[in-house]
Amino acid sequence: MRLKNGIAKYIKSTALQRRIMRRKGLDRFFAFEGLLVMGAALLVLFTLVGQLAADGAGRLSWQFLTSFPSRFPAQAGVLTAWIGTILVMLVTALAAIPLGIGAAIYLEEYAAKSWLTEAIEINIANLAGVPSIVYGLMALGLLVYELHLGQSFLTAGLTLGMLILPMVIIATREAIRAVPPAVREAAYALGATKWQTVRDHVLPYSMGGILTGMILALSRAVGETAPLITVGALSFIAFLPHPPWQGAFPFVSFEWLFDPFTVMPIQMFNWVSRPQEEFHVNAAAAGLILLAMSLAMNAVAIVIRARFRKRIHW
Amino acid sequence: MEAHIAEIPVEKKAVVRSLSLRLVPRLKEKAIELLLQLAAFTSVAITLGIVGVLAYESFHFFQQVSVVEFLTDRQWTPLFADAHYGILSLVSGTLVTTAVALLVAIPMGSLIAIYLSEYASRPVREFVKPVLELLSAVPTVVYGYFVLLFVTPALQQIWPDLPGFNMLSAGLVIGFMIVPYVSSVSEDAMRAVPVYLREGAFALGATRMQTALRVVFPSALSGITAAYVLGVSRAIGETMVVAIAAGMQPTLTLNPLEPAATMTAYIVQVSLGDLPHGSVGYQTIFATGLMLLLITLLFNIAGHALKKRYRQVY
Repeated sequence: MRLKNGIAKYIKSTALQRRIMRRKGLDRFFAFEGLLVMGAALLVLFTLVGQLAADGAGRLSWQFLTSFPSRFPAQAGVLTAWIGTILVMLVTALAAIPLGIGAAIYLEEYAAKSWLTEAIEINIANLAGVPSIVYGLMALGLLVYELHLGQSFLTAGLTLGMLILPMVIIATREAIRAVPPAVREAAYALGATKWQTVRDHVLPYSMGGILTGMILALSRAVGETAPLITVGALSFIAFLPHPPWQGAFPFVSFEWLFDPFTVMPIQMFNWVSRPQEEFHVNAAAAGLILLAMSLAMNAVAIVIRARFRKRIHW
Repeated sequence: MEAHIAEIPVEKKAVVRSLSLRLVPRLKEKAIELLLQLAAFTSVAITLGIVGVLAYESFHFFQQVSVVEFLTDRQWTPLFADAHYGILSLVSGTLVTTAVALLVAIPMGSLIAIYLSEYASRPVREFVKPVLELLSAVPTVVYGYFVLLFVTPALQQIWPDLPGFNMLSAGLVIGFMIVPYVSSVSEDAMRAVPVYLREGAFALGATRMQTALRVVFPSALSGITAAYVLGVSRAIGETMVVAIAAGMQPTLTLNPLEPAATMTAYIVQVSLGDLPHGSVGYQTIFATGLMLLLITLLFNIAGHALKKRYRQVY
């Protein structure tokens, strides 16, 4: 009886009330702090975009997009750089996407559980953590000097292709794994072969996830600079690569693959590292274009992910 | 025999034909599986390529420079007449920028993760997460510009003695860049903690903060460690920010207010020049790359061990 009274007294006491209030206050403070930190991170992002726009937006013009690099900052442009970026991305996508999707299909649908499969999986996880510049060193030693591909579009595209391959594989595997086994079993029950099941059922259902992963991987490749410096990107190219078409049969030409290359981030890096202020303005304008490219790709990826998520309900 | 087949109704004829042709689809299935398997093995080939190239060139390097000198000399001047090959001068730069970056990214990333997983409402989380991820989508060369022409001048307002190139501002911005890596993966880990653990804590009268810090965070520690390791790998391998804004002079110092080259910045610096293939100077970048890879690997192994240690089974 006495004990019960004691407890009742304690619960009503101001000491306990105060303790509860303090803990609740601390809780609110902690939540506020989380919000604050999140705001700080977003503020940095907005400052970066704002600063770049303030410095470079005035330089963006048709002339900037259609001019070759120049010693005179006011005449310089990014023509070779943006064409280079598109061509390098083309090679990268053609190299990494089929290989990556193929590898992912094999690991998810075909591979038996064995030490070999596990070794491949560990290997892919580790590859994703290798610094990008190390890929550049490998490409320099192997592609440029051993295979004699030169400091070309082909080398650059393959380097970035190897760099994003683990990303493509990981994203595709996640997308494929999200397709419920019932879909496969239904196909098998109707007599479909493994490949028919994969091609006609698993791949179409996981297309949203795969597409999202591909775009995100390519957006990473668009901004990648370091490995391309190591394989020998030039920052001053005053001529266009060979066109990918030609007048005579077979009408497509692959000569451009072996031309010297530059890309947007390389051009920007070159301008940033010069002491003259006018070149910094050019760098900011190039940075804006680059930022627009990678943010647009990210936005597309987010939209695709949202749309496919809405459309498919298991 | 022919006449016999002619008497069979059309549907059954199809069956007979498909039986006789079963070999072809089977071969096709096998061929496709083989192709997919080959695709999976390219990732192994890439790893072998990386290790092979780095080991091969480093082997030649270490035939001319002793390993002891490489690991203990206090100067790194491979391109000078009086050549010294002490990698510590570059390792110190990498460690300082990484440490600064982690001092930003780990507390911020963890707080954001706790806020998003324990406090934020669903719409807030769905909005903030992709926007935060844009922080890591910005090309690193753009961050380099931001550090050199905005962050360092801003810090110089407070700290007039801060040199134009320094490790502090580079490290700070790398920290912001890797916040999304830390926060996304940590948040996934915390959300995977079963709700009943939280409910248990709430039933005992714990506030959300106490639940988050003393129940959810420790339970998710294994996944959170993985997030930290990812952040560390990114910070160590980061190249363009340090190459643009931290300075190019190898200096054995642990003071973040000083300029110093990192391992990655050195590789970029040499690649920008025109070193003959096969010279010792050319080989130094591969030896540096090997060191970079080994340090990354070391952190990954340590992280893996911690991850295993903290693994919880519910």
